[in-house]
Amino acid sequence: MTGIALSLRKVTKTFGQTEIIRGVNLDIASGERHAIIGPNGAGKTTLFNLVSGRFPLSSGEIWLNDARVDRLPPHRINRMGLSRSFQITSIFHRLSVFENLRCALLWSMGYHYSFWTPLWIQRELTARTDSMLEQLNLAPRRDTAAGLLSYADQRALEIGMTIAGGASVILLDEPTAGMSNAETDSAVELIRRVSEGKTLVMVEHDMKVVFDLADVITVLVYGQVIASGPPQAVRANAAVQEAYLGALDAA
Amino acid sequence: MSGGRFKQGWIWIAALAIAIMAPWAFYNYGTGRHSGFVLSMLSQMGMMSILALSYNMLLGQAGLFSLCHATFFGIGGYATIHFLNLAGAGDLPLPMELIPLLAGLSGLGLAIVFGYMATKQRATAFAMITLGIGELMVTAALMFHHFFGGEGGVNANRMIGHSLFGLKYASGIQVYYLILAWTLGSALAMFFLTLTPLGRMANATRDNFERVQFMGYDPRIVRFLQFALSGFFAGIGGGLYAITYEIVTFDALAAPLSANALLMAYIGGASAFGGPILGAVLITLLQSGVSLMSNSWLVYVGVLFIGMVIFAPQGIMGLVMAHGPIVRAGQFGRLLMPYVRVVPAGLVMALGFVGLVELTSFLTIGAAQGKTLILFGNRIDVHAVLPWLLATVCLVGGGVWLRLEARAFRRVWEKLMLELKPQRSAA
Repeated sequence: MTGIALSLRKVTKTFGQTEIIRGVNLDIASGERHAIIGPNGAGKTTLFNLVSGRFPLSSGEIWLNDARVDRLPPHRINRMGLSRSFQITSIFHRLSVFENLRCALLWSMGYHYSFWTPLWIQRELTARTDSMLEQLNLAPRRDTAAGLLSYADQRALEIGMTIAGGASVILLDEPTAGMSNAETDSAVELIRRVSEGKTLVMVEHDMKVVFDLADVITVLVYGQVIASGPPQAVRANAAVQEAYLGALDAA
Repeated sequence: MSGGRFKQGWIWIAALAIAIMAPWAFYNYGTGRHSGFVLSMLSQMGMMSILALSYNMLLGQAGLFSLCHATFFGIGGYATIHFLNLAGAGDLPLPMELIPLLAGLSGLGLAIVFGYMATKQRATAFAMITLGIGELMVTAALMFHHFFGGEGGVNANRMIGHSLFGLKYASGIQVYYLILAWTLGSALAMFFLTLTPLGRMANATRDNFERVQFMGYDPRIVRFLQFALSGFFAGIGGGLYAITYEIVTFDALAAPLSANALLMAYIGGASAFGGPILGAVLITLLQSGVSLMSNSWLVYVGVLFIGMVIFAPQGIMGLVMAHGPIVRAGQFGRLLMPYVRVVPAGLVMALGFVGLVELTSFLTIGAAQGKTLILFGNRIDVHAVLPWLLATVCLVGGGVWLRLEARAFRRVWEKLMLELKPQRSAA
C-alpha cells in the first residue's frame, strides 16, 4: 500500500433512488497531481464530498495514507492530512483575510480549542500567516474583510485556506471556475507552487489547466471511471473521445 | 490599526472613570447619603452589562440565537443566596468578594449540562431547544421549593461578616464597587476570550460553520465551549444580582430577562465588543428612568427595538462606527447640517407618538382611577378632541417631514461613502 495516498474501493453513493457514484475504484499515488474530469453531473463534486467526509458513503471504502477514513466526520479526516476547497467559495466573510488564514492554521499548529492562549503574542503563527499572505499575493489585502475581496482574490484565499494546515492530500474543486484567462494563469502558477511535494486531486473543467498541471487524469462519466492514466493515454482513449465528443482535441 | 486600538482604549478608561465617579455626582452632601435610586440603577447597569456581554458571546460572536440565557444568570443568583446563607452561618469560609466566582461556577455547571443538549444543533433548532430549556427552568423553579423557594423565591443577608478588605457591605456604595470590580473583570475576561483560538473559531463558525469542519475543528465543540463559558459569566451577573437585592425569585431566570439580554445586545450592537454594554446602560436607563414617568415604557423599548432591527441592524455601536471613516477623513462637517435638519423632524414625530401612546394608555388605566393626565407639564383632558388631534398631526406631519429630511440626509451620506471608498479599500 505504500506510495498510495488515497484509495477508493468500490465506492457507491445513492441519493434516494438515484445512484450518483456507481462503484468507483481509484488509487492516487502520493506526490501525484491528479485531475478528475467528466461531463456535468458525472459525480465529481459528490466524489469529493465522499472523500472529505461531507457525505457518508452508501457502500465501499476510502483509505487515506493506509488508514480507513469513510465513516469519519470531516474534521477527523482533515486532522489525518486531507484538506479540500469548495467549488462555491467557502470563506469567513466577516473576518479579515489575515484572520481567515490564521483560523486555517490554528488546528495544525496545535492550538485546538484553547481559550487561554492570547493569539496576539503567537509570533510563529503570525509569521506563518503573513508568509501565506505573501505566497497568495494577498498581503496588500491583509485587513480587508474577506467578503469584500474580488472574486479572483477570494478564490486565491480559498486555495490558501485549503493548503494552510499543511495537509498532505489536497482536493481542489474547480479552482479556476469563473476566472478570466489571466486570472487562470496565475491561479495555475499558484496551485503548482503550493502543491509542491503534496498529493493534489482536482476537479477541473478547463482542459488547458488539466493538461498543464496533471500527471494523471481520471475520467468520470455517470458515476463510473471510464479511463484513468497519463494525459496522452486518456486523450487517445476512444470511450473518452465519445463522452467528450472530441472536445479534448480542441484543448 | 494600532492607533485605533489606542483610541478605543481611552474610551474604555473614560467609561470606567465615569462609572467610578457617577455615584458621587448624586451624593447628597447635606445628609451625607448616596442616592439609593442612582446606586441601584448603576448596580443594575453593571450586572446587566455582564448579562448582555455574555449573551453576545453567543449572538454576536458565535451566531447562536439563545432564548434561555437568563437560566444561567438565575441559577447564579439562586446559588449565591444559598452560598450567602451558608457563609452567614459560618459553614462557608469564603470572603464576600469571591462569592460571585461560585455563582459563575454554578452558571458554568448548568451551562455544561444544557449546552451539551442545545449545541448538538445550530440555527433554528438550537433556538428551539433553548426556548424549551428556559421554560423547563421556570417550571423547575416553581416546583422545587427546597432550592428555588417557589413563587416567593429565596432570600439571604449579604452581611456575612467575611471580607478580604474588612468591608461589611451594609451600604449600597460598597456593593456598587464590588459589582463594578466584577463587571470590569468579567468584561476584560470576555474581551480576552475574543482574542483566543476559541474566540476566533467561534467567529469562524458563525460566518461559515461548514468550512471549519474542513480545517480540523468540530463546530459542535466550538459552540459547546462558547455556550458553557457564556453561562459562566451570566452566572457571575446573577451572583451580583443576588448580592444586591438579597432575594431571588423565578423572574431572575424567566423568559423576559432572556429577552432583555437579547434586546440589550442587539440595540447596543452585537457586532462590536462594547455594544452590549451600551445597550445594557441604555435599557436600564429606560427601565428605571422612563418607567418612573410612564407606564408605557415597555412600548418605547419595543418600538426602539423594532426600529433598530429595521433601520440599524448593527445597533448603536454600528451606527457610531459607520461614522468612523467620515470623521477620520475630516468630512464630518458635511453631515452636520443634514443632522441638524433631521433631528427636529424626528423629535416632532416622536412627540406625536409619545402623545398618542400616553393618551391611549391613560384612557384605559389612569382615567378609570379618576386621575388627571399631566403631559409635558400640562394638565390634559383625555376626552377632549384637541390633544388627540395635535398628537396625530405631530406624528403624521413629523413622519412626512422626517421622510423628506432623511432622503436628503441619505443623499449626502451616500455621496460621502462613495468619495471615501477608495481610501477605505486601500486601508
